[in-house]
Parts: sequence; structure tokens; C-alpha cells
Amino acid sequence: MAGHVENVDSATAWGGGRSPFNVTYGKMMMWFFLISDALTFGGFLIALGFAKASADTWPLAEEVFFHFPLTHANLPLIYVALMTFILIVSSVTMVLAVEAGHRMDQKGVQKWLGWTVVGGVIFLASQAWEWSTFIAGPDGMLSTWADNATLTNNPYNPANPDIVSYTNFFFFVTGFHGFHVFTGVLINFLVYLKVKKGVYQERGHYEMVEKVGLYWHFVDLVWVFVFTFFYLV
Amino acid sequence: MENRDDLIVNDSYAPMVNHSEEEGKAIRKKIWKVTALLSILTAAEIAMGIWLSSRDSGYWWAIKLTFIIMTVVKAFYIVMEFMHLGHEKKSLRRYIIIPYVFFIVYMIFLIIQEGFLVAPIT
Repeated sequence: MAGHVENVDSATAWGGGRSPFNVTYGKMMMWFFLISDALTFGGFLIALGFAKASADTWPLAEEVFFHFPLTHANLPLIYVALMTFILIVSSVTMVLAVEAGHRMDQKGVQKWLGWTVVGGVIFLASQAWEWSTFIAGPDGMLSTWADNATLTNNPYNPANPDIVSYTNFFFFVTGFHGFHVFTGVLINFLVYLKVKKGVYQERGHYEMVEKVGLYWHFVDLVWVFVFTFFYLV
Repeated sequence: MENRDDLIVNDSYAPMVNHSEEEGKAIRKKIWKVTALLSILTAAEIAMGIWLSSRDSGYWWAIKLTFIIMTVVKAFYIVMEFMHLGHEKKSLRRYIIIPYVFFIVYMIFLIIQEGFLVAPIT
């Protein structure tokens, strides 16, 4: 497996000519990027906690997110839970793609990466439904713009619809994450096409799948935190 | 093989190291174990979110703390197993995690420390 090839003598490791961390340039740079991205999301979520703690009222997630497609039943958090599960499963198919890559199993990588793309697309579609339901507000009507949830109107706090940090945080946190999912799906799909063409088989390794895999797991990781801090606590 | 600029010459780096069918089997077993753990924790979180959501009870802080611990456990397994960081060199692992945790803890400290001095925001 990747990473632990041989023991490196630390006296010579830093002398040049080899990576002391035993990873390639590309993987290390992906980690650097993910750290900076994680700081952005960390900032978002800490700011969310700050706004929530200092606000007089904050809508309860169970009373806002209880809709489910094709039914009028009251199912608090179930749809978000489903979305969370879809993202976790697509993360699992991604590790399986990476594992298949280590065995140089082109068909396996193609299959699992394909399912990862499918999972990402389903998540994005769910996000679109979630947003339209959220924007429609408690009356469930998108057409009446005045009582929709927007950046300047918060129908979930009928007494003070001008207090809008709730809707703002919803749009920015889930929107920023959703955009990451969107770019992730795009990159995964491009890598999928290259896997299909046999580019990595010819190159002799599937490190590119590992690198996009890191990004995709990160997207899942962020959602785990968004789920806790936006929907649960 | 084509020329690559991302490898330092004369070394056996990670991408060149492939594993066998048997090793793959063990790895897949581990993957399914982690999947089961993540699913169970998520299901437990949902159940708690639905049934233990009373903010007025005296135990809300404990429920909240449980949510956060469960989230950190999930994050640990995603980063260490799925993102493979647990199997990288120890130096790389520390290099990535310690600065991040330091900054986040510092940010949380600042918000808690200064948050009381700020008027209710809208």
C-alpha cells in the first residue's frame, strides 16, 4: 500500500533527492489545498456558532426541515439524513475505486468511480430540492416572493423576519459546500473518462484517482460537520 | 512510461507501490467496517436529533457534547482511513493535523472569549 515503503534514515532524509514525507508532490499539494479549504469551512462553522449563540431566537432544524419529496408527512431531518448517507456511500465507493487502482484493476476503478459520480449527482439534485423547499418557506409556495426565504427575509422567524442570519448561513454554508460537490463531481467525471480511455493503466499507476479521492472525501468530511452544526446542535 | 515532473528520481514512491489481490481483500474488509461504523453513528445522530431535541431540558448540553464527539469520531475515521492519512508517514500526519487543529482551537477560543463582548447580531 501507499506510503510505507521503507524506513527512511532521518539524518539523510532531508538532504535532498527524495521526499522526506514519502509522498509525491501532487498528493502533498492536495493536502495543502485541503488544509486551507478546511480553514475556510472552519471559519464558516465557527461564525455560525457565534451567530447562533448571540441571536435571541434561532429556528429549530426539526421544525424547518421536515419535508420529504412526494409526501406530506412530517419527517423531521429524514431527508437531510438521507443526503448525508448518500454522500457517505459515495465516499465509500471512492475508496473502493482507489483500492482497485492499487491492484491496477481498470474495470474496478471505472465501476466504483462511476458510482461515485452517480452519488454526487444524486446529492446535488437533493440539494436543489432542499433549497427550493427552504426558499418556499413555511407556506410551501415558491411564487409568493415576499414570504420566501431569501438573504433579506427570514420567514422562519415570523415575529422578526428582518433577522436574517439564519437564512444567510443556510445559503452560504450549504451553498459553498454544494459548489464543492459540484466541482468534485465534475473532476471525478473527467478522471472517470480518462480511466475509461486507459490513460492511467498506461501510466502504470492510479495516483490521479487517489488525488481526486482526497478531494471527494474532504467534501464528505465537510458535510459531516455541516450536518452536525447546522442541523443537529 | 511518460516523463513525470512530480517524482524525485531514483525512489520508490507511493504511486509505484501496488498491492496484491490478498492485501486488497483485507483492505476492502476494513473499508466495509469503517462504512458500518459511519452509518451507525449517523443513524444514532439522526435518532438523537429527532427524539432528544428538547433544548429546554437540563441535559441539552450533554446531548450537544455527544453530537460533537460523534462528529469528531466520524471525522477521525474519514481522515485516517478513507483519506489514508493514518497510513502515511507519521511526520506527514503531524504536519497536516497539528497546525490545523491549533488554528481551529485558537479560533474557537477567540470566539468564546470575545463573543460575550459583542451585542446580539442580526
